[in-house]
Amino acid sequence: MSKVFKGKAWKFGDHIDTDVIIPARYLVSSDEKTLGAHCMVDIDKDFVKKISPADMIVAGENFGCGSSREHAPLAIKGAGCSCVIAASFARIFYRNAINVGLPIFECPEAAEAIETGDEITVDPAAGTIENKTKGQVFKVAPFAPFLQDLIGGGGLVPYVRRQLAERGKSA
Amino acid sequence: MGRTLVREIIAAHSNQAAAEGEICRVKVDFAFANDITGAPAAESFREMGAKKVFDRERCAFLPDHFTPNKDIASAEQTKAGREFALEQGMLYWEVGRVGIEHAFLPEKGYILPGDIVTGADSHTCTGGALGALSTGVGSTDLAAVWALGETWMKVPPTIRVNFTGERPGWVTGKDMILSLIGRIGVQGARYMALEFGGEAVESLPMDDRFTIANMAVEAGAKTGLFVPDEKVLAYAGERAAREFTPLYPEKGASYFKTETFDLEKMTPVAAMPHSPDNVKPVRECGAPVIDQVFIGACTNGRLRDIETAAKVMEGKKVAAGVRCIVIPASYEVYNAAMDKGYLKIFTEAGAVVCTPTCGPCLGGHMGILAAGERCVSTSNRNFVGRMGSPGSELILASPMTAAASAVTGRLTDPRDVMPEDFFTKLED
Repeated sequence: MSKVFKGKAWKFGDHIDTDVIIPARYLVSSDEKTLGAHCMVDIDKDFVKKISPADMIVAGENFGCGSSREHAPLAIKGAGCSCVIAASFARIFYRNAINVGLPIFECPEAAEAIETGDEITVDPAAGTIENKTKGQVFKVAPFAPFLQDLIGGGGLVPYVRRQLAERGKSA
Repeated sequence: MGRTLVREIIAAHSNQAAAEGEICRVKVDFAFANDITGAPAAESFREMGAKKVFDRERCAFLPDHFTPNKDIASAEQTKAGREFALEQGMLYWEVGRVGIEHAFLPEKGYILPGDIVTGADSHTCTGGALGALSTGVGSTDLAAVWALGETWMKVPPTIRVNFTGERPGWVTGKDMILSLIGRIGVQGARYMALEFGGEAVESLPMDDRFTIANMAVEAGAKTGLFVPDEKVLAYAGERAAREFTPLYPEKGASYFKTETFDLEKMTPVAAMPHSPDNVKPVRECGAPVIDQVFIGACTNGRLRDIETAAKVMEGKKVAAGVRCIVIPASYEVYNAAMDKGYLKIFTEAGAVVCTPTCGPCLGGHMGILAAGERCVSTSNRNFVGRMGSPGSELILASPMTAAASAVTGRLTDPRDVMPEDFFTKLED
């Protein structure tokens, strides 16, 4: 049973980099809430004030390009966003989001059509993104099987814990 | 269909076939974090229930970003990483001995041909200059490698980049990689590997190759690799901290596409605000007035970079009103630059020379920009707010272009301040 996400969309363009998601001057903490207070500040200084809990970021190509800072998906979570929908994700951000438990959905069609303020429902189990405001439904391609297992098992931390336990047994 | 270099390396570290697109479990040869990413990695490591890193000689902590610590919060963060490193007995070097991780680790022979290396820093791809699959990951991924000695990797398709023709002295590794990013864009190699080669690479100094590999991530790539040649094997051979096995692409390797650059036609270029792919010949940028120049970073803080910048600046002065900040990337570079008299050339010209640190590159410290200020920087990213105020502007260029700009106070092609024979002599 995976969770359904319902919230308003906040639209951004292509190549939203990690320096914009969380500028380096705030990287003296890795606390989700502390980072969340500054999410997107250099591109929209009122972003954190404007959003409501469970709202989502919708962006174009290459979302999260730049630094490997895991602080970027943490800041988005800490700001209260439920998930990110983008046409595509930069590779390190993609792994980091999965590892810290920020749900991400790659869907170029939805990313193109959705506008700021649209009411969106994402149903990961059904693989759908519904734009309630515009009456459109988009299909999301599922994650690769390995990643489905990783996410389904609670993420990378429990995965490593299980691997270490298995090694302990065979040793 | 032959294997590319990146496929060869993955196959050698896995018991899977390493077909393109396949997710493989791979053994990792070396894994490191810095003062920003180390503390959260240590926290994840403990959360995983791990007790010992997989190999103390293959795991490292390098404080280099906000160090020497710029404030209390960064001091606390560095302390957490340092304590973890000491507790684990893993590799760790303190301020005064460490350099910027991506310059220091190859110098000390910890990144070697044929290796798989993961670092909790996106510019880990710099190690690709040595023919290693060296790639950036986040802190949790890094913690998993520290715990298990392995990670998962999706086998990427490869773009082959060939540099041909005779390289003029004014064309540096920075101009070559910026020209590539300008052509393919900041996501031109997303989820892919770049493999660099071609006849012009033979004579290309190692330091220029590090610059090229360093910016592979700016095209979205997982890594950017050079095929090991005599220069690479000589460099690695005299520094290696352990045994290594160089690997090579198979004949007839299958590439996603090939990009070719004739270096005889290449000129000094710059990436204008606010994207590394907004690349133009320096002479076509309109010579904007600048407030600051930064020469350094994991991109361009090596000896060849410092040397070429110093030679441009020799006997000249930094323009009135311009701040020129020079930061050698490691103590090996710092000391060599001191011995050769380069540091004195900078200070006599009115530039500042600082201790090795990432410093201003990521807007950390030692040269933050105010709103409305413009800087020519040898670093790798010119995103909004990267070096300070979101209202500032960054122009990325080579050390020679940066030095020429410091002297004139405007973005300047080095050919406009130096005679042609200067560049011929540089290659001798």
